[in-house]
Amino acid sequence: MAAVTSPNQRLKISLKYLLLILVAVIFVFPIVFMVVSSFKPDLQLLRDTSSFNAFLPIGDISLDNYFAAFRRAPVGLFVFNSILVTSLTVVGSLFLCSMAAFAFVFLEFRGKEIVLSIIIATLIVPFETIAVPMLMVVNSLPWIGGNGVTWGWLNTYHVQIVPFLADALTVFLFVQFFRDLPKELVEAARLDGASWFQVYSMVIVPIAGPVFATAAILKFLAMYNQYLWPLMVTQSEQFRPVMVGLQYFFQLNTAWGEVMAYLSMITLPVLAFYIFLQRAFITSIASTGIKG
Amino acid sequence: MKSLKLLAATLAFSTALGGAAFAQTNLTMWYHGAGSTVERDLINGIITDFNGSQTDWKVSLQEFPQAAYNDSVVAAAVAGNLPDIIDVDGPVMPNWAWAGYMQPLQLSEGALDGFLPGAIGKYNDQVYSVGLWDAAVAMYARKSTLEKFNIRIPTLEQPWTGEEFNGILETLKSSGEFDYPLNLGMADQGEWYPYAFAPFLWSFGGDLVDRTSYETAEGALNGDAAVAFGEWWQSLFTNNYVPGTSQDMASHETGFIDGDYALQWNGNWVAVKTLEALGDDVLFLPAPDFGNGPKIGGASWQFGVSATSAHPDGASAFIEFALQPKYLAAFSDGIGLIPATAEAAALTKNYAPGGALESFYALSEKQAMLRPVTPGYVFEALEFRKALSDIANGADVVDALDAATDAINADIARNNNYAAAQ
Repeated sequence: MAAVTSPNQRLKISLKYLLLILVAVIFVFPIVFMVVSSFKPDLQLLRDTSSFNAFLPIGDISLDNYFAAFRRAPVGLFVFNSILVTSLTVVGSLFLCSMAAFAFVFLEFRGKEIVLSIIIATLIVPFETIAVPMLMVVNSLPWIGGNGVTWGWLNTYHVQIVPFLADALTVFLFVQFFRDLPKELVEAARLDGASWFQVYSMVIVPIAGPVFATAAILKFLAMYNQYLWPLMVTQSEQFRPVMVGLQYFFQLNTAWGEVMAYLSMITLPVLAFYIFLQRAFITSIASTGIKG
Repeated sequence: MKSLKLLAATLAFSTALGGAAFAQTNLTMWYHGAGSTVERDLINGIITDFNGSQTDWKVSLQEFPQAAYNDSVVAAAVAGNLPDIIDVDGPVMPNWAWAGYMQPLQLSEGALDGFLPGAIGKYNDQVYSVGLWDAAVAMYARKSTLEKFNIRIPTLEQPWTGEEFNGILETLKSSGEFDYPLNLGMADQGEWYPYAFAPFLWSFGGDLVDRTSYETAEGALNGDAAVAFGEWWQSLFTNNYVPGTSQDMASHETGFIDGDYALQWNGNWVAVKTLEALGDDVLFLPAPDFGNGPKIGGASWQFGVSATSAHPDGASAFIEFALQPKYLAAFSDGIGLIPATAEAAALTKNYAPGGALESFYALSEKQAMLRPVTPGYVFEALEFRKALSDIANGADVVDALDAATDAINADIARNNNYAAAQ
């Protein structure tokens, strides 16, 4: 770190930190509000919203909302479902999309630029426009599982996973990162007799930590926040994820305290995942010395 | 020998019992109340009773959260896997019947005798759905406030006139004691708008669509009566009688109880909570009469049979079983809504004669009017909601109503007047 040499520099740094603290506070306040509100009864929660009390754990504080949330909905099941679906999708997506990007960047085959363009062009297609056709497709697909061959994927975990194993954004992220890597690394490995899969797995993957972390975070958030698709394909409560579960709390009279308790609970896995990957991200950059 | 005979008889009896149980045909049912433990217990109680009362049918329940329910049903209809029994919000039923998601009920003669009109879902002269309850909206007021400002307490027979109501709002505003004289619930921007505010339009003499044909909104939504309604509606905001469309939910939910609003236009589902807070000072008053009688919206959630059900007789049998007064009363006691018959109301704690919410039953019986019974209602409701928001925010009344009328007419034309089932 450069030494602070003049009052002018100190002032600049102080202002910079002040600005950063302000931005941090703005981003943290909604989370503080959510957690603090989860301990308050509904009437107090609503009344406090008009004052700074909304951010303070004062008044009638208890865990009642948490107990009530568990009575109202199978919270544990919803969190388990979301973590299962999200984890499997993220892992599968990182593998498939990075391999696809590897092929687009390092392999030579006819029409690859056109295929890549088509894949990236799908970024502008809103999911809502293809949701119904997708529903009809998955409803008529076969699946081989414990019960042999079954038709139709509704009310399963795989209907929430398979359609999202590959997506244009993740492929694009990997392509952009791989294009900036020195080509000599791949050429040297090939000269040493490495197969393409060995080049991918032993040369490229170890130095692609930053993009894997970034893609994992983005994919995790997208999958964990899925609402429309699971709503359409999970008619059985057994397979519903957290975001569909959130709707359990909006009845004729919304239980706002329980909503906040539920949101606090389902936010924990997201925070844990982010913190975990944030460390991996920094470690990855520090160990490779390669900028993405 | 005697033991052998006894054993044989026991085996034969148990086999017969097992066979009978085994012979029950499964019926699937979807319900919108996931997250409401009270509703879950009630509906499961009815199902248990029904399954044990006969040997032909066995109903199993799948619950959905209310906010996600309609989308789930539509998705299931697309995928072709609707259950046998569904529940449907009353004004949406014609759309689902027209779209081929539902079929008429097979109820016994007289099964719906004595039911509130709002609890019966009729489309094309056939009953497609029936509700165990109805909902009603009332003008919430504090008796002490009305007395303090010498405001007449209206009755069903003599509701406030439009002019009288406007004067009351001005009196309350001039007092300076309240943030606003009236809370309309502008923060709740879903079906609340057409459900709660269309009755004002009806009372002025307008409507969302011409009900003689259901083929145009011309004249109904942009005629003189509708324009008069629109101007009155806008005056509520320009005179600061009510908070605008940016009203926050917290203010809507606690403002009346906290004394920020003198009056509140709200449904009976918050009546118990309000009574608990204000005691017998709270009054549930009829809607004002703007010239064509006081009106409130009718029809809440109802049970129906899906078009793809292979066992509509069994599904209808379950629904008819659920219409017993004891179940209507149990639902009312559980979730606070109005039981669909007077017989059931008498069994409840709130709606029985002398009960704290008795007035809501009378409101539903005397003032309730169904939202337009047409498949196009779903679209009309969206346009009406948009027009009301625009007018509240200062849009030209005639332009806003004309735009809504044109959009509704275009939708009706686009769907071939909603004439034929799809």
